[in-house]
Amino acid sequence: MAEALMNHIDPEAIVLGVDTDSREAVIRLLADKLKAAGYVKDSFAEAVLAREATMPTGLPLGHAVNVAVPHTDPDHVVKPGIALATLKNPVTFANMEDPDEAVEVGLVFLMALNDKDRQIEMLQEIMATIQSEEAISGLMQASSLDDVAAVLK
Amino acid sequence: MSKKTVLFACGTGIATSTVVANAVTEAMKERGITIDSRQCKATEVRSELNGVDLIVSTTQLPSDLSVPSIVTLAFLTGMGKTEALDKIEAELRK
Repeated sequence: MAEALMNHIDPEAIVLGVDTDSREAVIRLLADKLKAAGYVKDSFAEAVLAREATMPTGLPLGHAVNVAVPHTDPDHVVKPGIALATLKNPVTFANMEDPDEAVEVGLVFLMALNDKDRQIEMLQEIMATIQSEEAISGLMQASSLDDVAAVLK
Repeated sequence: MSKKTVLFACGTGIATSTVVANAVTEAMKERGITIDSRQCKATEVRSELNGVDLIVSTTQLPSDLSVPSIVTLAFLTGMGKTEALDKIEAELRK
């Protein structure tokens, strides 16, 4: 399953080693990439940030790097796709299971979702990827698109 | 054992709950339990409880529900999956 994840991630929307201190900055950065590549509308970034505030998406994985999968309603999306960021220093997201709990996130998959079948497929592929410690460390060490493709292909 | 009805909840009631519903339904089938799965938003759980034996959610649920519930990210993160499945099985065999 993880093999196909690369097919959903736009190479234009992969940012490695992002150096920032807030989840808002990461979400805006990736949303801009998706916007530039034609996946989402102008309203997307704000809508993701608003959703994250009430329905957070931080996923604690129990090892060094945790993951977040921010997304929002289909109204803000033009076509389905995923943006990916690896972070130089972790930023804080809230835990999906318990919004009062902070999760230090080092890997962010920003999802543009508006097709029910594809969004389930995309989510399933992301989940399969993050359940592999090897894939996570491979992504965190990636310094080029080829490195990312080698992990996700 | 008769069919058990499980309500799967997540933020939107579509994507995450589908992934979890598929994982749980498949795993319970292997353990000999057939699940009739339903899905909804976590905020709408209260109005969907009719005939439900168990709620499995990835986000916080309203308190004081009349049906047993399990909130877990295990089917997304892979962490603690066996324990979560054991809990679900135990609840469904009651």
